[in-house]
Amino acid sequence: MALKKVTGTAECPECFAEIELKEVMQNEITQCPDCGADLEVISIEPLALALAPEEEEDWGE
Amino acid sequence: MKFGLLHSRVRVEEKLLFEAFERRGIDFDLIDDQKLIFDISDLSHVADYAKYDVVVERCINHGRALYSLRILNDQGISTVNTAQVADTCGNKLQTTSALASAGVPQPRTLVAFTPESALDAIEQLGYPVVLKPAVGSWGRLLSKVNDRDAAEAILEHKDTLGSYHHSIFYIQEYVRKPLRDIRAFVVGDETICAIYRGSEHWITNTARGGKSSNCPVTPELNDICLRATRAVGGGVVAIDVFEDPDRGLLINEVNYTMEFRNSIAPTGVNIPDRMVDFAIKVAKDGWAAANGWQNGGPTHLPVSLTAGASA
Repeated sequence: MALKKVTGTAECPECFAEIELKEVMQNEITQCPDCGADLEVISIEPLALALAPEEEEDWGE
Repeated sequence: MKFGLLHSRVRVEEKLLFEAFERRGIDFDLIDDQKLIFDISDLSHVADYAKYDVVVERCINHGRALYSLRILNDQGISTVNTAQVADTCGNKLQTTSALASAGVPQPRTLVAFTPESALDAIEQLGYPVVLKPAVGSWGRLLSKVNDRDAAEAILEHKDTLGSYHHSIFYIQEYVRKPLRDIRAFVVGDETICAIYRGSEHWITNTARGGKSSNCPVTPELNDICLRATRAVGGGVVAIDVFEDPDRGLLINEVNYTMEFRNSIAPTGVNIPDRMVDFAIKVAKDGWAAANGWQNGGPTHLPVSLTAGASA
């Protein structure tokens, strides 16, 4: 399969800044350049962001 | 050839790995662990995964990774890494035990099951010691215990406030390493690169601010890393190595869903490409051959104790 990537803008759910996103994928983790919040791309059509989930006890390598 | 890429969220590592598969023109599906349902009373549907030559695991949660791999491996689906590797590496106690049984040098480590016996164990080792949760990562909840007062307080807190996992006391000697440790990347039968992780803090994880720089892969480093990899069941792993002033290299831990975003630039090694090479080799030649094992692999019986279980 070809990876589905999208370029566009979406609003940071934390500080409401309009963020430019370049070639992002569904479920990609990114960071708001304005407020620094960790974000997850929850939709690519249309582009939408949510706060990334809190770290859980068994997260890691 | 077709691959399944099992993942949770798409971090820098997953994106680089997915792009490496795409560049090779390899057919693959992305499998989102947030949407997975396994009917483990009727596993006939797991046959759907038989279309994959290999499923490559990149979950963030150890529990999801371990149980998905277990179900897939039990149904004969090849994975990178295997459930055995995930089981051994995802639990520090089991890693230490596997390394010990293979005679791989590591820091002295004691295990105790009550606060009282843990205190005795700490005093046997001598201060300072490091208490670690058996399951955990990124330096979470590590405690450097410098004296008896601190030991008593931390043991009581762990026993009272933590889940039962925190009452399995994993107590490691504090290694007086230089202001750095080594993170080495092993793919099959080769240590492909390594970095130094420098930090003024005793916790050197890059997730906690440790700075990375290239570390030459010496024959000594390659040898101990390959021995450690074999001890945990092979595969694609990232190994944390201490430089002890008296004993030389010691294996601290082995990570099975390795993070490498900070290691490509300093080493100049395309780590995701090498991971793809390994997955292809597993698909073509099988796990033992991909690991360079002539007479099959090491045998360990797994003992799974992941987070979240309840009686």
